[in-house]
Amino acid sequence: MTKNKASSSPSTTARGQRAPKGVLRRLLRTLFEFYPVLLPVTILCILINAIVSAIPAVFLQKVIAVVDETYQSGDWSSVAGRILTYVLVLVIMYIISLIAGTFYTQMMAIITQGSLKKLREKMFSHMQDLPIKYFDTNGHGDIMSYYTNDVDTLRQMISQSLPQMTIAGITLLVVFCIMMYYSIILALLVVAGIVCMVISARAITNRSSKYFLRQQVTLAKAEAFMEEMMTGQKVIKVFCHENGAKEDFDKVNGEIFFNARNGNRFANILMPLLGNIGNVMYVVVALVGGALLLSDIPNISISGMAFSISIVVPFLNMTKQFAGSVGQVSNQINMVIMGLAGAHRIFALLDEEPETDEGYVTLVNATENPDGSVSECKETTNVWAWKHQHHDGTVTYTRLQGDVRFFDVNFGYTPEKTVLHNISLYAKPGQKVAFVGSTGAGKTTITNLINRFYDINDGKIRYDGININKIKKSDLRRSLGIVLQDTNLFTGTVMENIRYGNLKACDEECIAAAELAGADDFIRRLPEGYNTMLTGNGANLSQGQRQLLAIARAAVADPPVMILDEATSSIDTRTEAIVQRGMDALMTGRTVFVIAHRLSTVHNADAIMVLDHGRIIERGTHDDLLKLKGTYYQLYTGALELD
Amino acid sequence: MKSLKTLLRYLGPYRKDMITGALLVIIETGFELIIPILMADLIDIGTAHHDIPYILHKGGQMAICALLSLVTGLLYAKFAARASYGWGSRIREAQFERVQEFSFSNLDRFETSSLITRMTTDVTILQNAVNGGFRPMVRGPVMLIFGLFLSFRMNTKLAFIFVFCAPVLGIILFYIVNKIAPRYLLLQKAVDKLNNTVQESLTAIRTVKAFVRGEYEQEKFDKVNKTMSDTSQDTFKYAVLNMPAFQLTLYTAIILIMWFGGNMIINSSLQVGELTGFLSYVFQIMNSMMMISNVFLLLSRSLSSAQRISEVLDEKIMLTSPENGETNIPAGSVCFENVSFKYKENAKAYALSCVNLNIKEGQTVGIIGGTGSAKTTLVQLIPRLYDATEGSVKVGGHDVREYDLKTLRDGVGIVLQKNVLFSGTIRENLLWGNPHADDETIHEACRAACVDDFISNLPQGLDTMLEHGGVNVSGGQKQRICIARTLLKHPKILIFDDSTSAVDTATEASIRKSLGNIREMTKIIIAQRISSVIETDQIIVMNDGRVIANGTHEQLLQNEPIYREIYESQTRGGEFSAGKTNQLEKA
Repeated sequence: MTKNKASSSPSTTARGQRAPKGVLRRLLRTLFEFYPVLLPVTILCILINAIVSAIPAVFLQKVIAVVDETYQSGDWSSVAGRILTYVLVLVIMYIISLIAGTFYTQMMAIITQGSLKKLREKMFSHMQDLPIKYFDTNGHGDIMSYYTNDVDTLRQMISQSLPQMTIAGITLLVVFCIMMYYSIILALLVVAGIVCMVISARAITNRSSKYFLRQQVTLAKAEAFMEEMMTGQKVIKVFCHENGAKEDFDKVNGEIFFNARNGNRFANILMPLLGNIGNVMYVVVALVGGALLLSDIPNISISGMAFSISIVVPFLNMTKQFAGSVGQVSNQINMVIMGLAGAHRIFALLDEEPETDEGYVTLVNATENPDGSVSECKETTNVWAWKHQHHDGTVTYTRLQGDVRFFDVNFGYTPEKTVLHNISLYAKPGQKVAFVGSTGAGKTTITNLINRFYDINDGKIRYDGININKIKKSDLRRSLGIVLQDTNLFTGTVMENIRYGNLKACDEECIAAAELAGADDFIRRLPEGYNTMLTGNGANLSQGQRQLLAIARAAVADPPVMILDEATSSIDTRTEAIVQRGMDALMTGRTVFVIAHRLSTVHNADAIMVLDHGRIIERGTHDDLLKLKGTYYQLYTGALELD
Repeated sequence: MKSLKTLLRYLGPYRKDMITGALLVIIETGFELIIPILMADLIDIGTAHHDIPYILHKGGQMAICALLSLVTGLLYAKFAARASYGWGSRIREAQFERVQEFSFSNLDRFETSSLITRMTTDVTILQNAVNGGFRPMVRGPVMLIFGLFLSFRMNTKLAFIFVFCAPVLGIILFYIVNKIAPRYLLLQKAVDKLNNTVQESLTAIRTVKAFVRGEYEQEKFDKVNKTMSDTSQDTFKYAVLNMPAFQLTLYTAIILIMWFGGNMIINSSLQVGELTGFLSYVFQIMNSMMMISNVFLLLSRSLSSAQRISEVLDEKIMLTSPENGETNIPAGSVCFENVSFKYKENAKAYALSCVNLNIKEGQTVGIIGGTGSAKTTLVQLIPRLYDATEGSVKVGGHDVREYDLKTLRDGVGIVLQKNVLFSGTIRENLLWGNPHADDETIHEACRAACVDDFISNLPQGLDTMLEHGGVNVSGGQKQRICIARTLLKHPKILIFDDSTSAVDTATEASIRKSLGNIREMTKIIIAQRISSVIETDQIIVMNDGRVIANGTHEQLLQNEPIYREIYESQTRGGEFSAGKTNQLEKA
């Protein structure tokens, strides 16, 4: 559902869009920040390599010219020294080029991978700081693609396209200068050819990108279709609907094929077209060169050399080199566009506003003084206190008790739509407060306000008398244990998953928590007991078993306030009774908020709040509410359906 | 490379396109290679003798070559695109078809998300690799052979430099590709691990934040991130060596040619023009070898994708319909004879052990048991969603393995616990049960499932669109539509796997009542609430993969402590209120 939301709301960083200006500059700046020394050195090597690989053509020509001259005169002894010098220079240049080439490619591999690593690190740590709201509005698949697609396009761009384009650009420049040196007329001819290449490259890229963009859309459609089919595969089998599914699939698959084929038909044209324009250019230069050679038109050039075979032949080779470089650049352009779009999205993620936290009240371990007050201490105790740092420098301590009060709270996920209206409630330390109501009534929303996943619009929430906005978020959340409706398990052993609740807990404590949660029994029957590896969000466990693990995880955290959001919905009633006995023992004297579908789970609560459309419509104990003969009574007697 | 070869078999009708495309590239390359030869003639003969007609003649020939090369180049683009992407689409289709044949145990081995990736991303990678590698793969060898041939023709002695240089480059490139291929697999694993870590902390973001585990997650991520970047640095360090290797051999060849060629000129056994011509072949030959090695690198990157796709295509189907299977189910009786079952062959423990049951046609049977007691496993053996490991499951007196699979599954309707509706109208979803059902039949089924009022109150009635998996209807309504869908099959045996958990008790009772009216149908109901099964003909109590008791409610209440405990936990919890008991009595 979140996915639908994300795709329907136009986001500023949608796929298939070109990056705005400035992204390249920011990307380069980031790279320089990552490698302030290595990167300039590497760039220098790229330059050396490019220049040195372009120049030897000239030397080669000189050597051949000398050989040619001498061959005609027959006087080898006088030029032997000159030839040797030229060859030696050539060898030295090759060696320099080789060293620079080896160095820059190796360094580029390090820089690329290192930069991507640092970028990913930044992205992940920034992601941890983002508010829950961000994850509500952006689909998981979409966020994942930052790490997969976008980083990958960036990798290709940094490691391949940028160096190659630099080299090709320098080669173009050097070759162009040499051409001008030999003959301006022929050089202009080549430039005209290049203009042709650029125009046709643009025309083709525009056409192919039209289909590629459509392909992105059909691919997304296909992915949605397949997700639905694969999720419902077991239902398809039960209804023997395999052939119907195949027919639907063929339609979607045909669409992808159509767009991919057309897009790539144009994209494939690019290289042969550019290559052959290069060939045509070669022929034209040859013909014109030949004509010029025969006619007596004076050569216009920087060197002032007259036309001769020794100009036309190297010129022809340079024409090939030139065309090759242009082809290389245009081949990389698509990658650069995609890479920049990826960089743009990554920067957008990094610029996303993090969760704000102005809280200054912190949670500390405390000891109880004889007079009933508390004072801070270093060692772990079972007593916790809120440390209040006042503006005047004084510090006061309030004992953590778990007293939570709502005063006229209003809240909406978006400013336009208020989903909670005038919620006032109190939970005294040790009380069990239950929320009952249909889906969308606002039960989960209330608990999300206590731990500040979302901030209220209006009203006050007090925790032990402190405004929760003043409490540091991490400390606030540490004081609350939450068991969510959907259990998330991590790749790792069962033991590690329980320990997630309290990283300092030893094995015995984890096992004790599992026993308390009624999970010990099934864990011991797993192939490797507590050391059984869980993968794929605990796919091999039943929904009920996963919930038991989540409860064990919360139990090992041992928090003063506990929020149970449909925590036992998939556990059978008998096991639930066992779990509840354990939890009741654990939570004696502590505050518990319970959301449950099953009324048996909540009937012994100190207060039951019946919610409807964001309002508390009934409140009281089980017996009070039955006497009231209102909504709760109807629910209880089965006259009303909870959805 | 083996998996890639296997996949190439799926080319089918596109094999022709691929061959045509390859021929076109060969022709294109051929024309392109002729141009410099014509050029040499033009210069050597035409300009030397100032023979303008000859120059124009050769120039015309060159222009024709360039034009033909252009035309074949453009044609290649069409065939190659059609071949590569047609191939990809056939692979996708083959995978989808294969998955349709998968049995439940096959499906259990693959995660949904991984199946989707295999059909989308992996195929895309593969077809792009083939489309991108196509031209250089054909061009490379043609240019190599042509270049070698011409250089030998020009000067055999000098050409021996290539005999020395080309293998050296070949060996270096082979060494690089060989080093990298296994590293790419490692790299793919590192990538998967990194993605998995991100994915996990994304789905669990609320848990992470609630437990304030941001730093812990960061540490975990940093570890896999480092592994990934180390592996890729290690891989790409080798991969980028191909450029210097290319330059090294190219430069060596040039120097050698200069050296030996120069000497040959002095000895008058070589022309200066030949030397220049020779130098241009050096570039061509070395470049073509580079092309080939690049294609191999490209392909070895796509190998892990090919492997993942092959895993789907080569997956052994664990459960198939027998040939000439029974196409008639004589009766709706169900019988389990010493049935034991485990999900994986090598699993140590059995999920079901030694189950013996006898359910007569038309009976209503309840199944009760704790979390993980294998209730679902038990009923899934009846429509042969899984095969019993030991013993025999019989429907209508025949082993389920003797029936034609479609007959069996049409005869045994099961409403799954994790049920889904599909995008489309409510009617389209219901027609899954019976494609030929008319409105009257549909309404009848909806009435029995107590969903007729809900549907007729919708503005578009049966033609209301269900958004992705039916997110726009509530859980209870969804379950009731699923029930109606199964009822439309008119099954001989109907199985409810906790199918009314989101339906309120009053509605549930009336669904049970309307089902009771279909007397000849055998009904098997898995339930959490004892109230759902209290009046059935027999109740099966399960614990830890075994049937521990079997009898009516009264019998079990007297003799079975676990059953009594479940019953008490529910009555004490208020599930049994005065009101509801009344309703039950009325029913």
